[in-house]
Amino acid sequence: MKVLVTAKRVVDPDVKVKLDGSGNLDLSNVEYKLNPFDEYGVEEAVKLKEAGKADEVIVVSVGTSDSQKEIRTALAMGADRGILVEVDEDEDLDPLTIAKLINGVVQREEPQLILLGKLAVDAENNQVGQMLGALTGFGQGTFAYRLDIEDGYAIVGREVDGGTADVKVALPAIVTADLRLNEPRYASLPGIMKAKKKPLDVLTPDDLDVEVDAQVRVVGYELPPERAAGVIVADVDELIEKLRNEAKVIG
Amino acid sequence: MGTILVVAEHLEGELKKVTLPTIGFAQKAAAINGDEVVGVVIGSGIAGVAGEMAKHGVSRVIAVDAPEYANYLAESWTPALSKLASDLDASIVCAAASTTGKDFLPRLAADLDAGMVSDVIDVYDDEDEGLSYKRPIWAGNLIAKVTSDSDVTVVSVRTTNFEAPAEGGAAAVENTSPGTGASPNTEFVAFQQVKSDRPALTDADAVVSGGRGLKAAESFGMLEELADKLGAAVGASRAAVDSGYAPNDWQVGQTGKIVAPNLYIAIAISGAIQHLAGMKGSKTIVAINKDPEAPIFQVADYGLVADAFQAVPELNSKL
Repeated sequence: MKVLVTAKRVVDPDVKVKLDGSGNLDLSNVEYKLNPFDEYGVEEAVKLKEAGKADEVIVVSVGTSDSQKEIRTALAMGADRGILVEVDEDEDLDPLTIAKLINGVVQREEPQLILLGKLAVDAENNQVGQMLGALTGFGQGTFAYRLDIEDGYAIVGREVDGGTADVKVALPAIVTADLRLNEPRYASLPGIMKAKKKPLDVLTPDDLDVEVDAQVRVVGYELPPERAAGVIVADVDELIEKLRNEAKVIG
Repeated sequence: MGTILVVAEHLEGELKKVTLPTIGFAQKAAAINGDEVVGVVIGSGIAGVAGEMAKHGVSRVIAVDAPEYANYLAESWTPALSKLASDLDASIVCAAASTTGKDFLPRLAADLDAGMVSDVIDVYDDEDEGLSYKRPIWAGNLIAKVTSDSDVTVVSVRTTNFEAPAEGGAAAVENTSPGTGASPNTEFVAFQQVKSDRPALTDADAVVSGGRGLKAAESFGMLEELADKLGAAVGASRAAVDSGYAPNDWQVGQTGKIVAPNLYIAIAISGAIQHLAGMKGSKTIVAINKDPEAPIFQVADYGLVADAFQAVPELNSKL
């Protein structure tokens, strides 16, 4: 079984992103890393290979040539080869365009399982996996905390409001990873050395016959309203008094 | 005139509360583009749900009632909704940004070759772009103003940011069958519901949340006691969930649930950006933490610098 897994380059989620004087994103001092939710996807794919259920793990990223670094990170974790769908820095991408580009790779590679992070921690759209479902016609198991591959099916345990849900998706299938799916490994030094020699192909949207034309556009940014600073209370009695008589939120 | 379709969420024959502020969003969008707000209910034996939705600010309800929809699946809802969106000349198809909405809406958007805007917190009339949306990005650090060029736009609505419409009247319910059939590739197996007598996190008036500082799953017992005294739901930080102290379903934050209750009590939670993203919209925030430097105090209306293991039992005995 061939597994395709995504690896998006994102701004480190622990860094606070700022706006510059003209209201644009100021990305001058930020660090980049592999999207944490994609790490769960890569780990799951590598585990399937270690368990003998996958023969090959292919990492795909859509981005500028800088994204080769995140592909190498995934290769160092144990994926076999990488594909970068390279786009220009000033190219406007929306999730549907990204899904179409990944679909182009799916049509070439014909994987049986496609693993993606449930969302990327920068724009937090949570769309690409499900969109890929419609484009390919494959079934989807989103927000997975458990995945078993059995007899041509992906059995997916899903995190849903109010509990968990299980679905059985015929292969080829799309699975998006949530937090509890696994514990992503750190790339070992030998893994990092090996990753440097693994193949990494670069494709363009033209190669995949996809027109890059975002329908959803960001037209500006604003800062969220700040909360006014509150007060520090001395003890539990004062806290109860304030909640009862000032905020009037308890009886 | 086109339509704005609001897809209802329901469970066991009841309309879920998150549907109502989703209608509130649709009304606000309709005030800008002049379209008709139409409810859509998909399921099996859902006449009651459709009747309930008809009382809440929609001009009519389209009911798709068939056995193949007995269990929710994105793969069966998508073609049905795609057909409805085109038959009804929809400008917007929206649903709550719940795990259900987040599952089927993007699939629907791609099926319609439409743009999708996730987690919308506001809709406004932009002077250059017309109808546009606001949505938080980067764990709520920034708000992006977004517009969509497609004929129909798919929207997931952050329901804590919109008002439920007033109840009143009864719109007509129309039954229809799109004839698009069952899911060809995905089968529903089971739903394991976490049963609780407490209110659901996203519906609760008050939430009591615990963090990694509680050091053990057992420590959540005193939070549950406090929650029961206040009629509150129990939540947890991602750190507490990752440490195995609390179930994932309790997680409040960017990667968990977004809540905005009247009262939010954060106990032994440091206040990582990703947690704040899930609760900053709460009306009154209380933080109890023994570290006076904890970032949670910067968003709290009332802060108590104290050891949770002393403060919480004291609160429980005095309330």
